[in-house]
Amino acid sequence: MNLDSKIPEGPLSEKWSSHKFKMKLVNPANRRKYHVIVVGSGLAGGAAAASLAEQGYNVSCFCYQDSPRRAHSIAAQGGINAAKNYQNDGDSVQRLFYDTVKGGDYRAREANVYRLAEVSADIIDQCVAQGVPFAREYGGYLANRSFGGAQVSRTFYARGQTGQQLLLGAYSALSKQIGLGKVKMYNRHEMLDVVKVDGHAKGIIVRNMVSGEVSRHASDCVVMATGGYGNVFFLSTNAQGCNVTAAHRAYKRGAGMANPCYTQIHPTCIPVHGDKQSKLTLMSESLRNDGRVWAPMDKEAAKKIREGKLNPNDVPEEERDYFLERKYPSFGNLAPRDISSRAAKEACDDGRGVATTGLGVFLDFRDAIKRDGKHTIEERYGNLFDMYQCITGDNPYETPMMIFPAVHYTMGGLWVDYNLESTIPGMFVGGEANFSDHGANRLGASALMQGLADGYFVLPYTVGNYLGEQGVAAAGQVTTDHPAFAEVEADVKGRIDKLLTINGTESPRSFHKRLGHIMWEKCGMSRTEAGLKEAIQEIQALRKEFWGNVKVVGDADSINPELERAGRVADFLEFGEILCRDALMREESCGGHFRAEHQTDDGEAMRDDEKYAFVGVWGYEGEDAEPALHKEPLVYENIKLATRSYK
Amino acid sequence: MEKTMNLTLRVWRQKNRLSVGKFETYQLSDISEDSSFLEMLDILSEQLVADGHEPVAFDHDCREGICGMCSMTINGMPHGPEQGTTACQLHMRHFHDGQTITIEPWRAKPFPVLKDLIVDRTPMDKIIQAGGFITGRAGSAVDANAMPIDKQTADYAMDAAACIGCGACVAACPNASAMLFTAAKVSHMNSLPQGKAEKDRRSLAMVTTMDGEGFGGCTNIGECEAACPKGIPLDMIAQLNRDYAVAQVKNFFQPVL
Repeated sequence: MNLDSKIPEGPLSEKWSSHKFKMKLVNPANRRKYHVIVVGSGLAGGAAAASLAEQGYNVSCFCYQDSPRRAHSIAAQGGINAAKNYQNDGDSVQRLFYDTVKGGDYRAREANVYRLAEVSADIIDQCVAQGVPFAREYGGYLANRSFGGAQVSRTFYARGQTGQQLLLGAYSALSKQIGLGKVKMYNRHEMLDVVKVDGHAKGIIVRNMVSGEVSRHASDCVVMATGGYGNVFFLSTNAQGCNVTAAHRAYKRGAGMANPCYTQIHPTCIPVHGDKQSKLTLMSESLRNDGRVWAPMDKEAAKKIREGKLNPNDVPEEERDYFLERKYPSFGNLAPRDISSRAAKEACDDGRGVATTGLGVFLDFRDAIKRDGKHTIEERYGNLFDMYQCITGDNPYETPMMIFPAVHYTMGGLWVDYNLESTIPGMFVGGEANFSDHGANRLGASALMQGLADGYFVLPYTVGNYLGEQGVAAAGQVTTDHPAFAEVEADVKGRIDKLLTINGTESPRSFHKRLGHIMWEKCGMSRTEAGLKEAIQEIQALRKEFWGNVKVVGDADSINPELERAGRVADFLEFGEILCRDALMREESCGGHFRAEHQTDDGEAMRDDEKYAFVGVWGYEGEDAEPALHKEPLVYENIKLATRSYK
Repeated sequence: MEKTMNLTLRVWRQKNRLSVGKFETYQLSDISEDSSFLEMLDILSEQLVADGHEPVAFDHDCREGICGMCSMTINGMPHGPEQGTTACQLHMRHFHDGQTITIEPWRAKPFPVLKDLIVDRTPMDKIIQAGGFITGRAGSAVDANAMPIDKQTADYAMDAAACIGCGACVAACPNASAMLFTAAKVSHMNSLPQGKAEKDRRSLAMVTTMDGEGFGGCTNIGECEAACPKGIPLDMIAQLNRDYAVAQVKNFFQPVL
């Protein structure tokens, strides 16, 4: 597997501009001869499809939802980072770069992160120009808030709906291009495989989720922006439809899967209520700007709260353990996500958890309301408070919120080089689907930044460069008549038929739940060698059981949610094993990956830079073979590796 | 201590766009009051699958009340009886033991039923494609703070932009009008200084497309506002009417479309 990262020569701050200058250009009149497929319509996919169409390429964009406006980027609440330094508080490209690398626990590629920080400011300009209604101050200028893992205020926001507003911005740009006929939009279409011709990605096979028709689509290159794989845990904050199928299919066709064990467990989610639950709801991290996280010091008090015999408001100040403020005085409640999540788990493991299950801690706004007034807090977080009340029935203005960590984001993903091109030439990967920028832990408000950076400012250049290199004579030469398409299409159809004919006794959802249980218990917030080995065996057994006993009702020729789920669960069952293998291989703790064997005396993550300062990339070796590990060494030329401290 | 309930569900079943649908009745027991409405439907689906039947097909995705995918009329009301809530954020504690719940798809001519509770809402996308954008090519933007926007205007634009495009307004309207949806986008963009250049074109093109897609006219009934899970106010329709009238007059003297 060729893992040449293609990082341009030269000083960090000049790499991107000199790289852009050296790129091949396609002249405007020739762009219309090319056809680009974009899979996914979230921030990365929607922005890339719109921008490539604006440049003049013909684009086909696919999404599984009924409209591109519904991609899960929409659910991001808190904000988007940018090194604008509008607050005059010491922010800069350099600092955003440093914070992101440090936040990622020194497991990200320097050059990519620097570029991300560099284009971050352009994103805000672009979004404002599109009419994204960011929060403003009375003077008319943009407002900022601070976010976890940073000591400057660099987060731009639109109430608690920043993801929605940014996505609607990209969607409006995309819609314009659809209206102009430059983008052909395929709603309710699911990508089921990628087609390679002479080693290059030249098309995809999709299923129309309404008619059931399986069809071929050829192009000059493929951009995948298909999101993360958090739903391998069954319960997560991801949307119900989020899945790993597109990425996993690409992996099986030769794309490297990088760092799958880097999964982010978000500290502020609403605790689980029962075994029929379908998803976990995130409360924005921005709440930690004003809310104070605590658990009772006394186990007895915690027990009484769980049983409903003690009102948390009656716990006196000196009996509250504000554990983040205690453990991390300089970052306090704004400690990064991985660290905050583990601290909450620690309190609950200690028997001091609240919520009926004992799996919860408080996020208390009492002091903020006293300080700033209810009106101010309502203005900042009103919709989040309403959402909390709607789900739990509790009023957070009066009784402290309860929160617990939940799977939220996946830093790992398909391996890409500096151009965001995967190990399959001609296949580009953007947004959460790639692994590139967040290392082992993503900072809050950086997902939106990365999605839009990839979509608006990176892919439109690097895709053009690839097409330029292929030459205009090659444009549109591969058609769906090529035998490679027939072959892959037959595979896809065979798989669908197989799922429908097993006719066993257990539903796909049930298998998904069982997989999620294994993943959460043995590959969740804290992982051990023994646990991971068990998990791998259990997943293999479950996979075997699935292919012998899954029951998929309905047919292939109409809307069939059971068939859709079965296909996705089948891929999760393969992918989950790779995730566990990666976690087992990585004998260190870093960011979202915490190996219980590797911790300091006070329970902090212990990295091993000598042995593990590399990207772990898994390559497919065949149906029954173990995947092969490849390594891309991480070279730090500008940042000195240090133990991450937020104390 | 968890309270549970037994329910009778009357659910619209329809094989596909061309077939004739009908209500089927199902019994469900021991539903937790903490379950969401869609989790209750998940349980029904599992029950149906276990008996070898096809589950009820319904649109849903984020389950956080923001993506706008879920779309069902519950006891005659789009998204159900709670104000300001999508079906996915509706919880069973708002229902009681022994209750009969009727669940139907959005009923509106421009939204044909594709299966069971799933309808086709692409006509709403077409309205946006006609003019629901502010042209700003990537790379062409000026500094974000170059143009201060007073907080009142920014807040008003945000109120309008909160629309999630679910279509409850259309489903609630006896005329199946998409005026509230269209008005929200027009109000968002027309109110901002960035959106002024295309204001007249936008107003005309979006209304024309709305009419062309078969949505009915607005007769100021106000059901849309009551059904909207995001509280988009009826005032936005007044704004749209004003902007549309101005655009028409201008268009008469000097065509903008």
